[in-house]
Amino acid sequence: MGKVKKSPWVLHYDGSSCNGCDIEVLACLTPVYDAERFGIINTGDPLQADIFLITGGINTQNKDVVTQLYDQMPRPKVVVAVGTCACTGGIFKDCYNILGGADTTIPVDIYVPGCAARPQAIIDGLVQAIALFQKRSDEHDEYERAHKGEKRNKNGQVS
Amino acid sequence: MGKVSVIPFGPQHPVLPEPIHLDLVIEDEKVIEAIPSIGFVHRGLESLIVKKDFNEMVYVAERTCGICSFGHGMGYVEAIEHIMGVEIPDRARYLRTIWMELSRMHSHLLWLGLLADAFGYESLFYQCWRIREQILDMIEESTGGRVIFSVNKVGGVMKDMDSAMLSRFLDVLTDVEGQIRTIRKVFLQDRSVQMRLRGVGVLTRQMAHDLGCAGPFGRASGIATDMRIRGYGAYGDLDFEPIISTEGDSYARCQCRIDELFQSIDLIRQAVGKIPAGDLSVPVKGNPDGEFFMRIEQPRGEAVYYVKGSGKPNLNRLRIRTPTFANLPGLCETLKGADYADVPILVLTIDPCISCTER
Repeated sequence: MGKVKKSPWVLHYDGSSCNGCDIEVLACLTPVYDAERFGIINTGDPLQADIFLITGGINTQNKDVVTQLYDQMPRPKVVVAVGTCACTGGIFKDCYNILGGADTTIPVDIYVPGCAARPQAIIDGLVQAIALFQKRSDEHDEYERAHKGEKRNKNGQVS
Repeated sequence: MGKVSVIPFGPQHPVLPEPIHLDLVIEDEKVIEAIPSIGFVHRGLESLIVKKDFNEMVYVAERTCGICSFGHGMGYVEAIEHIMGVEIPDRARYLRTIWMELSRMHSHLLWLGLLADAFGYESLFYQCWRIREQILDMIEESTGGRVIFSVNKVGGVMKDMDSAMLSRFLDVLTDVEGQIRTIRKVFLQDRSVQMRLRGVGVLTRQMAHDLGCAGPFGRASGIATDMRIRGYGAYGDLDFEPIISTEGDSYARCQCRIDELFQSIDLIRQAVGKIPAGDLSVPVKGNPDGEFFMRIEQPRGEAVYYVKGSGKPNLNRLRIRTPTFANLPGLCETLKGADYADVPILVLTIDPCISCTER
């Protein structure tokens, strides 16, 4: 597999957000903010995604969907939680159906606060995610080189 | 007879920014039934009334949905004001109307962009969103927020727009109007677009009436339902007619929403011409005691707010019925008999707002 240095593809999933952050994420891709200058493409396919961008908190119904999407993404991967709800649960923290922020279900690397998170903040989060992704990609390659030809378990790890 | 199979659509799907799940029963590429299952965005925000008082609930009501956030706040505070018998200043009524129409424009432009993306016109999608940014700039300049701008409070509004700002906004709107005229030609006259939209997902007037469709979805089928003629806010002082179309197909829905953009610009012009000077809010004392049904016109249709209080800071009941919820039966009806390839466009034409629906 060729090494990805830049141009990570983003998978966007709306947890239980109010849409405010989702339309700001989409606004990031449009000409005014233009996240595509970093090579970022919003993909709908978790199998091709490198960065998982989640908005909104986790509720009992979408918990499995979020876990499934995360598991389907190939390693290495980076998770960005956009908006106060995805960070902590936000204004809906006390609701009976909300379990909390995205980190209650999947490991989150970068938190972008704001209600709704501004496009500038989202782009800043994405840029940090790219740096982290590059670091993880290097580590991944090093691991692969060190363990070349060894027996793997189903998760791709050396058993 | 072909083989009948079930294809799951969503909750995570490239065309949808939000999660909705449809089980599509397919026979020979034709949809024979669509079974929706919802609940992926359910938060239960109506239950927050036990934890937050009626003033704090304004912020919760605004976060029912990020696209029509201002309208939700406006519907909620007007319901509370009716219960408490608060007469808000005229300037506040006009300011609310102007922000409401700006919200409607940004929502419709957002939808037009998503529709263009669904039928494969990517640069048209970008054009719509570029125009929408100019509307958002106006909202940001006057309120400080882009999509969720909490300027409503019980008794009035929190921010003002001075006359220099308003006249500058009118200049921007004139510019925006010209740009919308340009994209209108593509949406309504381009041959390929017409082939994708004309005659797709027809909902007759009778059907739309029986299923209780609201907003542009119902108006495109010939039902003149527009809550603004009730005259809440400053709409009673302004002159307008609901925009209706009779074909009831996807093309008619697109046409309705584009024409409503021009209507909104016209309403803002009228409101800016008539806006009186005065205070922004009146002081409010006491707690709401009583109940009220408030009906307002959101970008997606009629929204209903039922508020009940009993003289305590915490309300007894808050119920929000949103337009997308009313339009889901209509969507399932239009999907029957449609081509599988048309499903994304048909789901989009009701302008779904799932976080409104599930709250």
